[in-house]
Amino acid sequence: MNMLDNFFLIALPYIAIAVFLVGSIYRYTYKGFQLSSLSSQFLEGRKLFYGSVPFHWGVLFLFVGHLIAFLFPKSILAWNSQPVRLMILEITAFVFGISMFIGLINLLIRRYTTPRLKFVTNKMDLVVYLLLITQTFLGLWIAYNFRWGSSWFSSLLAPYLNSIFVFQPDTAAIVPLPWTVKLHIIGAFTIIGLIPFSRMIHFLVPPINYIWRPFQQVTWYWNKRKVRNPNTLWSLHRPKNN
Amino acid sequence: MDVRSQISMVFHLDKCIGCHTCSIACKNIWTDRKGAEYMWWNNVETKPGTGYPTKWEDQSIYKGGWQKDNGKVTLKGAGKRRGLTNIFYNPNLPVIDDYYEPFTFKYLDLIEAPEGNDQPTARPVSLITGEPIDIKMGPNWDDDLSGTPDYARNDPNLKNLSAAEQEVMFQLERMAFFYLPRICNHCLNPACVASCPSGAIYKRGEDGVVLINQEVCRAWRMCVTACPYKKSYYNWHTGKSEKCILCFPRIEAGLAPACMHSCVGRIRYLGVLLYDASKIEAAINDDTDSLIDRHLDIILDPFDPKVIRAAKMNGVADSTIHAAQFSPVYKYVKQWKLALPLHAEFRTLPMLFYVPPLLPVMATVKQVDNSAQSEKMNPIAKYWDDNWLYDTSTKDLWGTLDQVRFPLKYLASLLSAGDEELIKDKWKKLMAVRIHRRRVTVGDISNEKADEVLQEAGITAEMADGIFYLTALAKFEDRFVIPPAHREQAIEMMDFTGDTKGEVGFGIKSKLRRGL
Ligand code: SF4
Ligand code: SF4
Repeated sequence: MNMLDNFFLIALPYIAIAVFLVGSIYRYTYKGFQLSSLSSQFLEGRKLFYGSVPFHWGVLFLFVGHLIAFLFPKSILAWNSQPVRLMILEITAFVFGISMFIGLINLLIRRYTTPRLKFVTNKMDLVVYLLLITQTFLGLWIAYNFRWGSSWFSSLLAPYLNSIFVFQPDTAAIVPLPWTVKLHIIGAFTIIGLIPFSRMIHFLVPPINYIWRPFQQVTWYWNKRKVRNPNTLWSLHRPKNN
Repeated sequence: MDVRSQISMVFHLDKCIGCHTCSIACKNIWTDRKGAEYMWWNNVETKPGTGYPTKWEDQSIYKGGWQKDNGKVTLKGAGKRRGLTNIFYNPNLPVIDDYYEPFTFKYLDLIEAPEGNDQPTARPVSLITGEPIDIKMGPNWDDDLSGTPDYARNDPNLKNLSAAEQEVMFQLERMAFFYLPRICNHCLNPACVASCPSGAIYKRGEDGVVLINQEVCRAWRMCVTACPYKKSYYNWHTGKSEKCILCFPRIEAGLAPACMHSCVGRIRYLGVLLYDASKIEAAINDDTDSLIDRHLDIILDPFDPKVIRAAKMNGVADSTIHAAQFSPVYKYVKQWKLALPLHAEFRTLPMLFYVPPLLPVMATVKQVDNSAQSEKMNPIAKYWDDNWLYDTSTKDLWGTLDQVRFPLKYLASLLSAGDEELIKDKWKKLMAVRIHRRRVTVGDISNEKADEVLQEAGITAEMADGIFYLTALAKFEDRFVIPPAHREQAIEMMDFTGDTKGEVGFGIKSKLRRGL
C-alpha cells in the first residue's frame, strides 16, 4: 500500500507538473497554430449552450475555489468559522459542481449524437470527457459524504499540496483519507499532466489583456517616425505598435 | 495630421457581369482546403437578393458592426464585456447552415460504376461528413433570381420600402438586378480587430491590410459576429478564423490580388489612399447622415505639399506617395466623387468603394406597336410577338433617371446610408459622361445640351473624358497602381545588418549557434 501511496501521491504529482510545464511551454512556443479552444459551435450552435455554459462557469468557479483554498487556506478557515458562511460556500460550490456535471453530460451527449461533430472529435476528447466527468462526480460525492470539504481541504490538503511545491512531500495527513478522496487527487494530477496533450490547454491562454488593450491594433514593420528621424539610431529601436 | 497609407479598392458595378471568375480565382489560391471549403473570401451576390451568408445585411439577426447608442459607439454583438461574458457560447455566432454545407460530387462513380442498366450518376456528398446530402444552398444560390419570393423579396434593403414600392420593383416588365462582388473591406475602424479577445487580428500600418495571426487566434470566434460584412470566417477544421488577406504576398510583389487580376469585367481598381488617422475617431462617432462625408474627409489629397510633408514625417515611403498620386481609387472616390462605401452605417469605415450601377436600372420598358414590323416577317419565321421595347433613349435630360426601375431608396440603403440625393448625384454624373461621349462619338447631341448636362452633374468635359477612359479603356497599369512594399527596410529594422554581419545575415530570426 505504501508503495502505491508514494507513487500516486508523490511521484505522480511531480511527473504531472513537470510534463505540464515542459509540454505547455513547448506547445505555446513552437506549436502556436495548435493552440486553440477548437470551438465546435460553428457546426452545432444550439445544444452547445446547455453544455458549454454550465460546464465552463462551473469549472471556472471550482478551479478558482480550489486555488484559493490551496493558496490561502487560512482565509477559507476564517470564512468558515461561522456556520452560515460555511453553508453558503458549500452550497454554492455544490451547485457549481452540479452545473459542471450536467454541462459535461450534455457536452458528451451532444458530441456523440451530432453527426457533424464526429469529424472534429478525436480520441483525446473522449479521454478528457471521461476524466472530467469522473473527477466531477468524485468531487460531488466527496462534498456530499465527507463534510465539510472546504474546511478539511484547507487544513489537510492545502498543507499536502504545499509540501509538494516546496519539495518536501508529506503525505502523512493524506494516506488515511478515504480512497475516493485519493482518487480525486490522482484524477486532478492526471488532468494537469494531460493539459499539454489535449484541448484543455486553451485554459492557459484566456484573453485577459483584452480588458485593457485598445480596440484597434495597428502593426508596423518599423517605427514609422523614428525611421525618418536622423537624430535617433533607429536601428536600435524595435518596431513599436499602434 | 497623422498620415498613413491604405491600399484601397473601387468596384465599378456597372461593369460586373456576374461571372464569378473572381470568386474562383480566390478559392483556388486560398480556400481550397479542409474547413475552408465553405468560405468565399470573394463572393458575388445578385441584388436584390439575400446574399451570403443569408441576409448578412440584417444586423438584427447577425449583430455585426458598430452601433451608436446614446451618443456612444459600441460593437453591436461583441466587445469587451459582451465578448468576454459570451466567450463560452456566443449567442450571435452564425452557424454553417447560415452559409451552406459545402459539398462535392462523387465523380469517380461515373467511371468506376459497374456495368448495369442505369446511367451512373455522381451523387453530391457533404464535404464535412462525407455522407450523401441533398444540396439546400450554395454561396450564390440566388444568382440572377431577382423577383423571387425566397430571395429577392427577402433582401434586407427592402425594409424601408413600402409594399407598393416593392411591388412596382418586382413587376415582371420592370424587374432588374445587378451584381455586388464583395471582399473584406480592410476597414479603417475594423470591427473584427476590435472584437478579437486574443488580439490576433491587426491592421498593417504600411498598407492597411487587415490580417488574422493564425498562431494567436484561439477560436473565440468574436470576429465572425463582429464583422458586419461577414467577411471573417471560422475554419471548423483548424479551429482558427480566417479572412481575405488582400493577397498580400502578391501585393508585396507588385502583383494585383488574384480576384482583381482575373476580373473579366475589369470592374476592379486598386491603389493607395493617404488618410489622416487622427480624424478616424471623430468620423466614427458622427451622425449617420454625415458619416459618408466624414469618411471621405479622412482621405487626403496626395498632391498637397502639406500632406506630402506629413506623410514623409510619418515614414510613408516616397514610392507610396507617388503611387497615391496615380491612384485610380483616389480619382473615383475623391476627385470625381463617383464611388461610395457599402453600408457606411455599420461604421467600420470600409475602404472598398462602389460605383453605383446605372445600366441595369436606367432603361425602361415601353409598350410599342410592333405590328408593322411583324407584318414584314416571313409568316413561318419565329418572331417575338409581344409589344415591349427595352428603351434606353434619352430624350429628356434626366428623364430616364426619374423612371429608373429601382426606387432610389433601395440603392441608398445599400450604398449611401439612406441618402437618396447622393445616389442621384452619382447617377447624374454617370449619365452625363454617357451623354458627353455620345456627343463626341455619335454626334447626335447638341453641344449646348451636352454642356448643360455636364454642368448640372457638376463635372467638366475633361473629367468626363477621364471617367470614360478609366471606366472603359483603362489598361492594367491604370487599374492597379501598387507601390513597392519595401520589405528590404523591414529586414534592416529587425537587425542592423552591420551588427550581425557574418552571423545571421538577412531575416533569420534566431542566431546561429553551434550545437552541443
Ligand atoms: S470588412 Fe469585416 S473582416 Fe474586413 S476589415 Fe472590415 S470588419 Fe474586418
Ligand atoms: S470577375 Fe469581375 S466581372 Fe466577374 S463576377 Fe467577379 S467582379 Fe464581376
